[in-house]
Amino acid sequence: MSLWRLAWRRFRRDRVGLVSLVIVIAFVALACASAAGWVARDWAEEAGVSYAPPRFLGSPAVEATVQGEAIVRSQETHGIPDPLAEDLAEIQKDLLGLSGTASRAGTLVFGGDKWGRDVVKKAIKGTETSLVVGLAAAALAAFLGTLFGAAAGYYGRWVDDFFNWLYSVFTSIPYLLLVLAVAAVLNQKGTVTVVLILGLTGWTGIFRLIRAEYLKHKVREYVLAADAIGASDARRMFAHILPNVGHVVLVQLSLHVVLFIKSEVILSFLGFGVGVDTVSWGSMLAEAPSELILGMWWQVAAATLAMALAVTAFSLFTDSVRDALDPRLQ
Amino acid sequence: MSVLSVRNLKVTFESREEPVPAVRAISFEIPEHSTVALVGESGSGKSVTALSILGLLPATADVRGEVLYEGRNLIKATRPELRALRGAGISMIFQEPMSSLNPVFSVGFQIGEVLRAHRGLSRREARAASLQLLEEVNFSNPRTKLDAYPHQLSGGEQQRVMIAMAIACEPKLLIADEPTSALDVTVQKQILELIAELQRRRRMSMLFITHDLSVVGAVAEQVVVMREGEIREQGDVAQVFGTPRDDYTRVLLAARPRLDAPSPARSGEETVVFEARGLAKDFGKVKAVKGASFRVARGRTLGLVGESGSGKTTLGLLVARLHQASGGSGLLHGQDAVAVPPKVFKRAVQIVFQNPYASLNPRFSAGEILMEPMRIHGIGAGEAERRGLAAELLARVGLPSSALFKYPHEFSGGQRQRIAIARSLTLRPQLLICDEAVSALDVSIQAQLLNLLRDLQDEYAMSYLFISHDLAVVKSMADEVMVMKDGEIVEMAGAEQLYSDPKHPYTRTLLASVPSLR
Repeated sequence: MSLWRLAWRRFRRDRVGLVSLVIVIAFVALACASAAGWVARDWAEEAGVSYAPPRFLGSPAVEATVQGEAIVRSQETHGIPDPLAEDLAEIQKDLLGLSGTASRAGTLVFGGDKWGRDVVKKAIKGTETSLVVGLAAAALAAFLGTLFGAAAGYYGRWVDDFFNWLYSVFTSIPYLLLVLAVAAVLNQKGTVTVVLILGLTGWTGIFRLIRAEYLKHKVREYVLAADAIGASDARRMFAHILPNVGHVVLVQLSLHVVLFIKSEVILSFLGFGVGVDTVSWGSMLAEAPSELILGMWWQVAAATLAMALAVTAFSLFTDSVRDALDPRLQ
Repeated sequence: MSVLSVRNLKVTFESREEPVPAVRAISFEIPEHSTVALVGESGSGKSVTALSILGLLPATADVRGEVLYEGRNLIKATRPELRALRGAGISMIFQEPMSSLNPVFSVGFQIGEVLRAHRGLSRREARAASLQLLEEVNFSNPRTKLDAYPHQLSGGEQQRVMIAMAIACEPKLLIADEPTSALDVTVQKQILELIAELQRRRRMSMLFITHDLSVVGAVAEQVVVMREGEIREQGDVAQVFGTPRDDYTRVLLAARPRLDAPSPARSGEETVVFEARGLAKDFGKVKAVKGASFRVARGRTLGLVGESGSGKTTLGLLVARLHQASGGSGLLHGQDAVAVPPKVFKRAVQIVFQNPYASLNPRFSAGEILMEPMRIHGIGAGEAERRGLAAELLARVGLPSSALFKYPHEFSGGQRQRIAIARSLTLRPQLLICDEAVSALDVSIQAQLLNLLRDLQDEYAMSYLFISHDLAVVKSMADEVMVMKDGEIVEMAGAEQLYSDPKHPYTRTLLASVPSLR
């Protein structure tokens, strides 16, 4: 029985790990369904009135009408006819969802945003963006970190010196500053950009660990034995050593998924993230400050809930994977 | 009158599947002022027995029965009671002195700690007492060594410090768990003599645990032979070794490599397969190998003996071209090895490493391990043929073809070493370097593998460069023997001649240090 199958056996006994795996799979499935257009396809549709509250709070329609009239009345007191009065009233009505498009709902399942978009659908669509960014960026970072780490650790000498220099350069700059600098250089908003920013800056931790593993493994007797039978350098690096350090890569990969999901949120919150035509948990949170002042808590709640659940499940899953792959830690 | 009586001791380890019995109802006594040797191969339960006496086993161990010391059953003793006993009434020496000493404290501090904890001495008193103890364990310059740190001491000195700590509180019983197994044979002799002398002088009792039957005669009066958690035979050393009643004891005694066994010493001229001319290797300023010259003839074995750090493994790696030589040259069939294409050279020269747990890739199945070299060198027409060849080789080294699909961790040490040998055989090498190939294995397994290596040599007309620290094992295999010390070959001669009439003083010291049964 191979070591991977033994690891799966150990993993199956871990109840927390199994539950979190199910949640992670559910999130990935949701993201896939959203990408395929099966759910939340119409997330951008302005289905409800502006800041439509969650259905369980009841309709605020009456209050909104009163407010509207109050505004109109206050404008009349000046005695001078406002040439824009009609237009303003129309815009005002429009914003409150009382205009001609009467089909707009007064409440939405879990509330709506400023434009009356359903926050549940936004959160689902945001899951797609955030998971894609997290997974793709982590895959990129793990690929770079493993490649650089393997080369540096295995060849040593000037190759090692070069990659260590690169590592030092990257780690000497504060993380957020580096990320923002790369974002400024790329000067282009979008999912791919975010993936590149995070992937190109986030490989350093993985590099350091993999380099150390290769340093440790390259002098092991099984690698010497592979040398003795004439296995090439590339074969020793990737067919012999890599499967033996694969668990480190895997654990780092899932740790970085969590890290990058959070980084994407921070980037989008700061306005360096995904474009305005895309929604992510970060861009949802970016709208939160102005909403919270008005007491509209549902969008921030939806984004936070989705993110907390996904990140917690992923972290617990990672812990269980580590335990299963590396029983010495237990 | 017994110091310690073990009665009906059972130790079972809990596991997720089913409990694993490690010791199955054993009973023995340790009389006052005498030494009992507990002998067995790996997995016999000898160390578990020792650890259970002081309650040092992990919580997953279920210990039953009685261990009576001064009328108390130690298995029922509470933690504080055991702690008061450890180091004071009963103390212990472990196998690896380097990992038993704390690297960040000086020797004097660590010995003093025992004295302060158990005898309540002040720092000054403890230091004076530590100095005396170091003198007692034969340090020639105890005053300077008192302030030395563990890494500044040799392996033998570290073990003597451990012994000093163990006897610091004048224990009634000393448990020594393989105290000399990690040491060179010359150092082993000194330590064994020291332990035996201390036991007599301090009138202690001792439980001496070892896998090596030869050292038993040097220290013990009584012997207990264990196998798979059971006692197979116990009694007087002379009686058990002279007229063993149990089959297993007889097997152990017969399998033990002996200096008085004949060497193959085949005569007649043979073509030279490999010749080394002044092979040298430097690691920075350290000269690991200083110009080694020798010849290996076809179908013959050249033995290479030396203690740890002598450079014998480095020389083996130089011959296999796994290390780049800093000087000299190796000739394969008279042609400079550097000029031979690497693939051709690797088919001709193969190596089997010491540690069967490290030399097989844990992620590869036995089949993959054997088929990889065939694939690299284009042996066999296709995967199916290679699998057939792999199965044949496994059968040749005594493993079933079902082993093809198993992974290294599913095999025992001896089986793994068989796989390693089979892997080197895939290329049909002319020269096989065996670097301590049997040293990590139990004697009975060792004997089987040595027989296998002899058979394979006849069958394939292979030459061996047989590297080992064990003089007796080398003698049983080699036609010619080289002795290496500090990177230099100090003596080279025909096996029979070297063992009967050693010329170099170092060879004589080595031979005199090998323990014998009586």
